Amino acid sequence: MSFVGHQPPPIFKRGPAPLARLFVFVAVCLALLVADLRFRYLEVMRNALSVVTYPLQMAASTPADVVRNASRYFGTLIDVQLENADLRRHQLGAGERLLRFEHLEQENAHLRELLQMSRRVETKSIAADILYNAPDPFARKVILDRGAQQGVEPGLAVVDANGVIGQVTRVHPIQAEVTLLTDRNQSIPVSVVRNGVRGVLYGVGRGMLEMRHVLGDVDIQPGDQLVTSGLDGVFVPGLPVATVTRVDRDADAFARIECEPLAAIERSVQVLVIGRAAYPPPPPPTAAEGGR
Amino acid sequence: MQPTNRSSRILLPVKLWFVYLTLFAALGLEYIPSGRTPGLPDWVALVLAFWCVREPLAIGMGVGFVFGLLMDVGLGAAMGQHALAYVVLAYFTNSLARRVLWFPAWQQALHVLPLLLFSQVLMVLVRLLAGAEFPGWSYFLSSFSSALLWMPLSLLLLLPQLQPVERDDNRPI
Repeated sequence: MSFVGHQPPPIFKRGPAPLARLFVFVAVCLALLVADLRFRYLEVMRNALSVVTYPLQMAASTPADVVRNASRYFGTLIDVQLENADLRRHQLGAGERLLRFEHLEQENAHLRELLQMSRRVETKSIAADILYNAPDPFARKVILDRGAQQGVEPGLAVVDANGVIGQVTRVHPIQAEVTLLTDRNQSIPVSVVRNGVRGVLYGVGRGMLEMRHVLGDVDIQPGDQLVTSGLDGVFVPGLPVATVTRVDRDADAFARIECEPLAAIERSVQVLVIGRAAYPPPPPPTAAEGGR
Repeated sequence: MQPTNRSSRILLPVKLWFVYLTLFAALGLEYIPSGRTPGLPDWVALVLAFWCVREPLAIGMGVGFVFGLLMDVGLGAAMGQHALAYVVLAYFTNSLARRVLWFPAWQQALHVLPLLLFSQVLMVLVRLLAGAEFPGWSYFLSSFSSALLWMPLSLLLLLPQLQPVERDDNRPI
């Protein structure tokens, strides 16, 4: 309604039109999304904003903690006695195996010395409880009750009694976020126990895994055990991961290998965070940068 | 203050600190670890939509953007996912503001429901494009439970603005 040369009085000025503002905001949001999902640039911004959200999160999780602790406190005596008896039995078996293991470890160190091989990778481990599923419904992640203060670092492997369940991807002061193996964006380098064939295991959703980058004529059968190969320099080698359930060689030059995780990935409660005590030296700079 | 379908009641002007307080309280509710129970209402979206309808001059896309980012950080979602959804939600609820208050509360909820659903669809699209897994149809239940809460929530959030009903037959309004 403004005529040529006449500005509207400042009392009615409200900045740019709503539609223009909408486009600006949407553009900023899309830029943020691309920067975060594609390039992972925004961890600094996340940490800065978490200064605001962290106290609120702690306050919000307190009632849930109280409920959980109370239910544990009031657990029936019979349950605890049964569990105790079960644990005693397990401990007897484990103790016997541990004795043998120590003997074998000494023997192994001795033999390696004789052969003048380098020593095996030393590991560090942190026991942790899974608190709850991460609230983001698009990813398969869980939250641990141990964080940076207890020495958890991004990249460490998380295992339960049977095998690997995932990898630490984000660390808060007293909590850590673990991406489960079944997440679509998670991968882990593995090798077959029987013959040492190497490949990479990807999550495909629905609780299943798939081994990729294996040629069609390679010797892999259903029932083969897969362990971490440790070639990434992050995972400890030799942790059990999955068993092969189906091999389909017709598809392509590469075989389609479906696997089932050994660990109770979506159900385990007590876990162990395992990492290397020292990282291997970086690869020589002359090596070509290999694509994944 | 806006005319409503029962405009005989005149509301006090809103206090901005109360608006932000309710938004932060909604954020706190959202942070309560609930695992992945489907159908929990999106408190921040609901409170944001409410204030966008009630106070379109004060609360809009900027506030939606900031609280969206706080949601993304707190929930560990992709940066900008909730921000995008809330900016779009704030835009549409702002533009509905003049019209929607003439309807009774349950019809207001029917106006807001498609907007909440649309913001959720946006989030799903963004994450699916980035290669995430589809969270299942129960994900959209959250919009319906939010819409159900529209009426009780609007009563609650308007409480501080209600003034005592004093019968004075000589008053002009």
